[in-house]
Amino acid sequence: MEHAEILHRCFRCGYCKLPGSYQDLNCPSYLQYRFETYSPGGRMWLLRAWLDEEIPTSARLQEILFSCTACGNCVEHCVFPKFKADVLNAITAGRGELVNEGSVPRRVSDFFKAIHLYGNPYKLPEADRGAWAKGLGLEPYRGQEYLFFAGCAGSYDERGRKMARAVAGLLQDRGVSFGILGALERCDGNEVRAMGEAGLFEEIARHNIAKFLDAGVVKIITLSPHAYHAIRNYYPRFNGIFQVLHYSQVLARMMSKGKDQGADTPLTVTFHDPCYLGRHNQDYLTPRMVLAALPGVELAEMDRARVDALCCGGGGGNFFTDLLGSGPDSSSRVRVREAAATGAQVLAVACPKCAKMLEDAVKAEALESALRVMDLAELVQARSV
Amino acid sequence: MEEIYRELVKIVGERFVSNQPEERFLYSRDPGTMEPHAPDWVVMPNTTEEVQKIVRLANRQKIPLVPMGGGLVLSGLSRPLQGGMVLDMKRMNRILEVNEASSYVVVEAGASQGMLQAYLKKHHPRLKHSIPDAPPIATIGGNVLIHGSGHLSAAGGFHSEMLNGLEVVLPTGEVARIGSCSASPYWFSRSPLPDLAGLFLGWHGTTGVVTKLAIKLFPARPWNDVGIFVIEDPELAPDIIRRLARVQVAEDILAWMSPKPDWAKGFQMINIAYGAETKAELTLKRDLIRESVRPYLERKVGGFMPLPPDMKVRFLEAPQSTLAVFADVNKGGGFEYVGAIMPVELFAPAFRKGLEIAESRKVPYSLGARIVGLAHCMMFFYAYAFNRADQADVRRAQTALEDTNAMVLEMGGIPWKAETPAQKQIIKKMDPNTFALMNRLRAVLDPQGIMNPGNWEA
Ligand SMILES: Cc1cc2nc3c(=O)[nH]c(=O)nc-3n(C[C@H](O)[C@H](O)[C@H](O)COP(=O)(O)OP(=O)(O)OC[C@H]3O[C@@H](n4cnc5c(N)ncnc54)[C@H](O)[C@@H]3O)c2cc1C
Ligand code: SF4
Ligand code: SF4
Repeated sequence: MEHAEILHRCFRCGYCKLPGSYQDLNCPSYLQYRFETYSPGGRMWLLRAWLDEEIPTSARLQEILFSCTACGNCVEHCVFPKFKADVLNAITAGRGELVNEGSVPRRVSDFFKAIHLYGNPYKLPEADRGAWAKGLGLEPYRGQEYLFFAGCAGSYDERGRKMARAVAGLLQDRGVSFGILGALERCDGNEVRAMGEAGLFEEIARHNIAKFLDAGVVKIITLSPHAYHAIRNYYPRFNGIFQVLHYSQVLARMMSKGKDQGADTPLTVTFHDPCYLGRHNQDYLTPRMVLAALPGVELAEMDRARVDALCCGGGGGNFFTDLLGSGPDSSSRVRVREAAATGAQVLAVACPKCAKMLEDAVKAEALESALRVMDLAELVQARSV
Repeated sequence: MEEIYRELVKIVGERFVSNQPEERFLYSRDPGTMEPHAPDWVVMPNTTEEVQKIVRLANRQKIPLVPMGGGLVLSGLSRPLQGGMVLDMKRMNRILEVNEASSYVVVEAGASQGMLQAYLKKHHPRLKHSIPDAPPIATIGGNVLIHGSGHLSAAGGFHSEMLNGLEVVLPTGEVARIGSCSASPYWFSRSPLPDLAGLFLGWHGTTGVVTKLAIKLFPARPWNDVGIFVIEDPELAPDIIRRLARVQVAEDILAWMSPKPDWAKGFQMINIAYGAETKAELTLKRDLIRESVRPYLERKVGGFMPLPPDMKVRFLEAPQSTLAVFADVNKGGGFEYVGAIMPVELFAPAFRKGLEIAESRKVPYSLGARIVGLAHCMMFFYAYAFNRADQADVRRAQTALEDTNAMVLEMGGIPWKAETPAQKQIIKKMDPNTFALMNRLRAVLDPQGIMNPGNWEA
């Protein structure tokens, strides 16, 4: 197994369970399950034991490995400089071993099957992929400056579609030259990769790269930080080298031209850093620049922000497989309680998965009257004249 | 077995009890060198009532019960030596009350060190607790109950001395309150009542499950500094440490002797951390500290090391996160230490003999001592790293630890949070009447002998 050599080097000291401030549990699966086994160090030791055949392959081991949300908190906060970068890689490699053995939870194999058969986890026809853009008058990609990549959540999920429409609408309004692939788009593969299906990921990446190159794509704007991460950091391994921007980065450029015009009634906003923009790509500033450019908007940070942000629980495939499960200790619910405690009226997000996870959590916590989940583009639109 | 599992599910809910191989594997061991012992069940209670029900069930069925906090003691004290249940207490992590006026906090036993530190920083920035250098997920309960020490031990002694009172589920299931809280709504002190806290301190979970405790808080000062006094002759250390401590300025005095980093090799480094309300006060305190060791400065046998600001920041970090990284010296993932409580006058032989053992056993080492009180005693630590993937190396470290425990006892010190073999060595040296009294108390408290059996046994 790749990274097997670091498993025994984990001291199980547990720094990785916490944010830098130590204030509360910050590994979503440990927060939810509370057994040491569901912590990053627990996974490292279990993987070692499993490779040494001290414990069998079991449904529980599968659940333990696949309930990791790949949020990267462990990588950020492990105190062992010589191997911390590979803590999550080792967990992903462990998932890969289970995938190779064919021993994965049913929901995980269903997910892979759906991607295989439909090119998306929703099991919906590829022909419907561009439906989110209906009525917006967006152009198909044919050599414009940017390709706008909506991704699976942006194409099929109701909340994601709303967000994709807001982002694309805004880009259109501001005269950004872009087109979409519509029905020709396919899953970016990030969750497949994070779930350890390296072969399927490669297939997807190569397919997308070929499509992009055929169409002459050079620059890509992604809706989802997950797609941003995969295309930016993993596609180059298959010679897919593109200039990738997350949509917030495009918004920030547009807005840096001066304070945005529009409503300036005071509005307190808190921002939830998406793991794949933040911890995995170290961009904490851009979304805050977008918010700072909005008149009347005051940013009230949560205690856990930037490198310390608590994941919404939707990463690592859990958005689809939900092996993390629900309940008051699910990280999405803990997160919206934390957001509400700032006194903010709006919880701003920059990822369709976060939007959906946190919006559901707001309902579960009965916080609808106090807190509204809005993505950055929706906020900009709402505050614009 | 199944029936007991079902009973436990009834008490804590299915999500918080496990009899699965994964949990049985992980809770059978800790990061130290002691060999694994698997529990039959791991249970995570959320309330005192749940703990009571679990204890009563264990009593009825005569099942061993081992309380565990962070499981970070390194000497294997929360491994269930005779199977049974491990009670992971970390769901009971609420911070219940901060009394600013009387400077104490009441917490559930599973509250983590880090969580309390962050909570105080945010809600009571003028107060702090004495945090150990243990990783911050270590619990307040686990640390106080083993007589831990930390960043305010020069000012306030052992953490058990900072304990104002506690709530405990006795091995027979009754809940008892100890200290002022037994007769007052306040948790202000253990006096003036008969001090029953001693029934639970240093017993390694063999006398009950502590569910709540109150600990003293101290001023968090806005100005903080650290100095490092360096000497080359360990014989000088006791007097220097006494002088530094008796100025009553230091919050923490910690000596360290390590072959790494290179610039520290061969020296005894003594860190002195202190805080102040104003810059002027900080300067005054620095001058007082300097003044206390003037004879050594004049003889040029000791001096303060110039510290760049970034290094000061690192040395002021609490807990010291770099300590854990000692486990990676040989890419091996493990270390364990003997923490020997002993008088400060034993510093030089304690150091020399530790060095001899480490060098003869060829184990990577880091030695040092945290000063407790005004040099009333010290916790001298002998940390040895090992490679977890290499059984021979683990065994080598184990032997060095055994030698060290024996050496410490021989010298007049007492191993702290001792491994079970070292507990036996302590018992051998102990006044037989003391051990007989311990056994009598234990028999009264725990007639079924269910609490962490195998510990404190001859
Ligand atoms: C890098 C490193 C640095 C360290 N530095 C320090 C230091 O500076 N100072 C220091 O004091 N220690 C230090 N330690 C040792 C140890 O980690 C700490 O003392 C830690 O606080 C122990 O707490 P825990 O919650 O992990 O206890 P555990 O290991 O879980 O338990 C300790 C003992 O207490 C019992 N116990 C736990 N909870 C309860 C309860 N609720 N009721 C009854 N019994 C209970 C257990 O059965 C066990 O016998 C260090 C350890 C490491 C790894
Ligand atoms: S992953 Fe790093 S921080 Fe986490 S337990 Fe292991 S060594 Fe400690
Ligand atoms: S990536 Fe996140 S969920 Fe996964 S082990 Fe690390 S901290 Fe936990």
